[in-house]
Amino acid sequence: MAAVMPAPAASRILMSGNEAVARAVWEAGVKVAAAYPGTPSTEMLEVISTYPDIYAEWSVNEKVSLEVAIGAAYAGSRAFCCMKHVGMNVASDALMTLTLTGVDGGLVIAIADDVGLSSSQNEQDSRYWGRFAHVPVFEPADSQEAYDMTLAAYALSEKFQVPVILRMTTRINHVKALVTVGERQAHVGAGFKKDPARYVMVPGNAGKRIPLMFKRDGELRAEAERSPLNVIEPGSDRRIGFITSGPAYMHVKESFPNAPVLKLGFSCPLPLEKCRELAALVDQVVVVEEVEPLVETELKAQGIQVIGKEILPLQGELAPPVLKPAIARLLGEPVDAAAVAIRPAQVFPRPPTMCVACPHLGVYYTLSQVRNLNISGDIGCYTLGAGHPWQAMDTCVSMGASMGIALGMDKGRGEADKEKRIVAVIGDSTFLHMGMQGLLDMVYNKANVSVLLLDNRAVGMTGGQDNPGNGRDIHGDEAPRIDFVKLVKALGVKEERVHKVNPYELPTLFKTIRDEVKVPDVSVIVTDQPCVLIKDYHKLKPYEVLDDRCTGCGNCLDVGCPAIHVTRRGKAVKASGREVDLSFVRIESSVCTGCGLCVQPCAPDAIQHYAPVSPITLVKKGCSA
Amino acid sequence: MSGTTNILVVGIGGQGVMTATEILAEAAIALGHDAKKTEVAGMAQRGGVVSSHLRFGPRVLSPQIAPGEADVLLAFEAAEGLRWMHMLRPGAAALVNDSRFVPPVVELGLYDYPSDPVGQMKAGGRRVVSFDATTIAQGLGDIRLGNTVMLGAIADQLPFSADVLLDCVLKRFQRKGEKVVALNRQAFESGRAAVGAAEAAIA
Repeated sequence: MAAVMPAPAASRILMSGNEAVARAVWEAGVKVAAAYPGTPSTEMLEVISTYPDIYAEWSVNEKVSLEVAIGAAYAGSRAFCCMKHVGMNVASDALMTLTLTGVDGGLVIAIADDVGLSSSQNEQDSRYWGRFAHVPVFEPADSQEAYDMTLAAYALSEKFQVPVILRMTTRINHVKALVTVGERQAHVGAGFKKDPARYVMVPGNAGKRIPLMFKRDGELRAEAERSPLNVIEPGSDRRIGFITSGPAYMHVKESFPNAPVLKLGFSCPLPLEKCRELAALVDQVVVVEEVEPLVETELKAQGIQVIGKEILPLQGELAPPVLKPAIARLLGEPVDAAAVAIRPAQVFPRPPTMCVACPHLGVYYTLSQVRNLNISGDIGCYTLGAGHPWQAMDTCVSMGASMGIALGMDKGRGEADKEKRIVAVIGDSTFLHMGMQGLLDMVYNKANVSVLLLDNRAVGMTGGQDNPGNGRDIHGDEAPRIDFVKLVKALGVKEERVHKVNPYELPTLFKTIRDEVKVPDVSVIVTDQPCVLIKDYHKLKPYEVLDDRCTGCGNCLDVGCPAIHVTRRGKAVKASGREVDLSFVRIESSVCTGCGLCVQPCAPDAIQHYAPVSPITLVKKGCSA
Repeated sequence: MSGTTNILVVGIGGQGVMTATEILAEAAIALGHDAKKTEVAGMAQRGGVVSSHLRFGPRVLSPQIAPGEADVLLAFEAAEGLRWMHMLRPGAAALVNDSRFVPPVVELGLYDYPSDPVGQMKAGGRRVVSFDATTIAQGLGDIRLGNTVMLGAIADQLPFSADVLLDCVLKRFQRKGEKVVALNRQAFESGRAAVGAAEAAIA
């Protein structure tokens, strides 16, 4: 994306939390920003990359992105890094020692927790990193706060030479609300000052930094106690007071407008005196936090009487429909029976689908046709291969895990799996993120695994971001492009065990997979067609079904393309006497892009290129249009 | 929160639900309201269920509409309208595009598509106005106009003038030239007219 003219200061703009953070990062004079895409954090870096005078990059994984940001901050510049919650698991190795060295230029790490699991494999609570790594945590409750707190985080980071975590959740990242923006402030870095005792963390040096970290904890707690980000709103109904943070604050205010509230914006270290102050004001204190009982546990350990997860769920968002009945029960008041009784109508599920003509369709159709496989999968659009109609993925754990899990399945196979072939499926970006190491481990330890490396030249699931596999940088400009065939050979996979296959050519793909799973070695099959949502993809002539030729066999439906629809169903009795279901189909030619996957399993040649009947032909035939 | 208007827009990933809600938000903001817009879009890509919430008024706190508290439901697809029907206040209106988008899980025979989703909604006691936005858009020559048809459909159900919304819609297309602006104006008015006609038929 090309740089655009940022909106002038004092504008009031409808912005998502991600856009608000991006604006504040630019205004804070940040010089370097790095990230790996991940829902719901992705748009922060996407938007930052459109601002002028800031270096932005897609890094290969979150650990590298944090290290890039650390380097910039060591060099005295302001730096930014963001990731989804699980990204910090990858980056945490750097974080846990970064806390000892501290930073020179301000460093803010925005972590987006997916509370409610809209697009993630777990629901972990990133506030723990603040405690684990002894770094402060800010928790905005809407877009304006995300903007304000990002600016405040840079000031705090430089005051205490400490990285600051900005903890967001999906309900902040992806909610749009009004933000009043300001001016960009220039920040001039002091340059890297060599100081081995601080920056070279060998035991002798690190040991001396640990007491400084604990001292800083005390200072930060005092700062949190007087921070304007931690506010008591006294309220008028003193029966229950709430301690809350992030989007849960808005839900509490919505549900109980007259209740006293301690809103924690600077929530780690926890301002204990402020909590005691609230407790003294009210009959009972309820802690409303998404999602783990973290503040609750710390307060109970301090002897402050609070109620939390005894009455509130340990999972998901704490929205008004959850809060209101729980608090009514606590107060012994009647629960709004009408609200509780509301039930949605029973409607079929509508899971996300792969796109029309997606190259992964060919891969999963083929895998579903090969018998006797255990398939370890990975994270991306292709995780959908676990669903209907393919059901051709058996595990999904973490980025790159398909490699190690396949190796473990191979080495740990029991008698029951003796004859099973082990296949691992991974996408291009996930492979570069954390899969390469697993493949090397397989080669080194002589695995019997066939790897399908689905190279669609994009980080598809998060919106088709560029990566080292497609030769474009974050701005869409030309960048060195990784050759996957050369890369896997360099990792030790034998020349004859590496194949590059077009996933739309089903017979070749089928034969390659079937042959390779029989070879007791590591093989890699790279598929090489682009994501249909990026500019590298070119549409072909669409298809249609000739109704009089369709026999209703339903083979084409097994491809799983959402452009194929059933027109009518029927039954037939086979020569064997067995009754079979028939599904006659049509292709929605207006969305078909002619990949030809469904044509290949169609026995009666009922699928032909779409030939719209022109009005002239109709006139000739004597029809009216 | 008194004085807050809750609009729920629902459909399928790729239909333009989020953009439509954003334009509605822009209209509310243009009139000086506070506004928050949020959505649950499932996994970050296509074909899944999308619901987008817009709340506007003097000051909006929680961005989420609670079940039973939506003032208007704008459904881009019939079964999706039924799926989210319970979000409406008793007596509030649902504006439903009556065309169907049948997902692969139904085509595979794993689930059934409801035989009469609009009828089922009406039986639930809400005011349901249905029309075929997809056919209207196709009639105007471009299925992508469906989004503007839908915005036209909701235009007379809002606590502000339809012209404010129309201005916000057309602003989006200004850069694409007069012809596109004119087409969108026509799509908007067709949506308004379709709802008007359907309402007259009910009355």
